[in-house]
Amino acid sequence: MIYLKAFLFAGVICSIGQIILDNTKLTPGHVTTIFVVVGAFLDVFSIYDKFVLWAGGGAMVPITSFGHLLIHGAMDYATDYGLMGLCMGMFNLTASGITAAIVFSFLLSLFFKPKD
Amino acid sequence: MEKNKYKDLVKRHTPNENRLYNVLIAFFIGGLMGMLGQFLMDIYTTYLSIPSKEASVCMIVTLVFIGCLLTCLGFFDKWVNFAKCGLIIPITGFAHSMMSAALEYRKEGFVTGIGANMFKLAGSVIIYGVVSAYIFGLLRVIIMGV
Repeated sequence: MIYLKAFLFAGVICSIGQIILDNTKLTPGHVTTIFVVVGAFLDVFSIYDKFVLWAGGGAMVPITSFGHLLIHGAMDYATDYGLMGLCMGMFNLTASGITAAIVFSFLLSLFFKPKD
Repeated sequence: MEKNKYKDLVKRHTPNENRLYNVLIAFFIGGLMGMLGQFLMDIYTTYLSIPSKEASVCMIVTLVFIGCLLTCLGFFDKWVNFAKCGLIIPITGFAHSMMSAALEYRKEGFVTGIGANMFKLAGSVIIYGVVSAYIFGLLRVIIMGV
C-alpha cells in the first residue's frame, strides 16, 4: 500500500513539474528551484511532514524534500539555540545529499570523459 | 500574405509536442522513482537494520550515486530527453546537473574548471533553498515561537 502511495505522490509532483515546463517558458533549472522553495514553504506549517508520513519514500525522492529537510534541520536547532540555531542547523539533514553529490561527481569526473 | 505563409510554414515544421503524453510519461517515471525510493528504504530498514530516519538519508545517497554513475556512462541524457520532469524533479536531476557540469568543464582544469563550475546548474537550487528556508524559518520563529 505504501508503494502505491509513493507512486502516486511522486508521480503527481513530477507531472505538475512537467505541466509547468510545457506551458511556460521556464527552463528545468527554474522548475527545480521553484519546487525547492515550495517544499520549504510547505514545511512552515508542517504540511510536508504529513506528506512524508503518508507517502514515505515517495515524498523523500522529489526535490521538494530538499527544501523540507533544509528548514527542518534549521527548526530542530532553533528550538535549542533560538535565532542562531537557524544558521547552525541549516545543512544538518541535507549535508549527506550535497556531500555525496560533490564527492561522487568529482571522483567520477576524474575517470570518465564526456560523451557526445 | 507572405507573413501568413511564413507562419504556416513554421507551424507545419515545428515538432508537434504532445503535452498529455509528456505529462503521462513524467507521472509514470516519477512514480517509479518514488517507488524505487520506498523500496530502497525498506531494504535498508529490514536487511541492514538501519533506523528509518537514517534509511531515508542512505536512500538519497544511493540515488545520487546512481544518477552520477549513469550520467557518466552516457545513458542519463537520453533518458532525461525521454522522461523530462520524471527524472529532473527527483533528486537524480540534482546529481545529473552537477555531474554533467563537472564532466563538461573538466578540460578547463581542476580548479578553474571542475572546482569553479560544478555548482553552475545546481547552485540555484541550494541558494534559493537556503534563502527561502532561512526566511520561512525566521517567520516561524517570530510569529509562531518555534
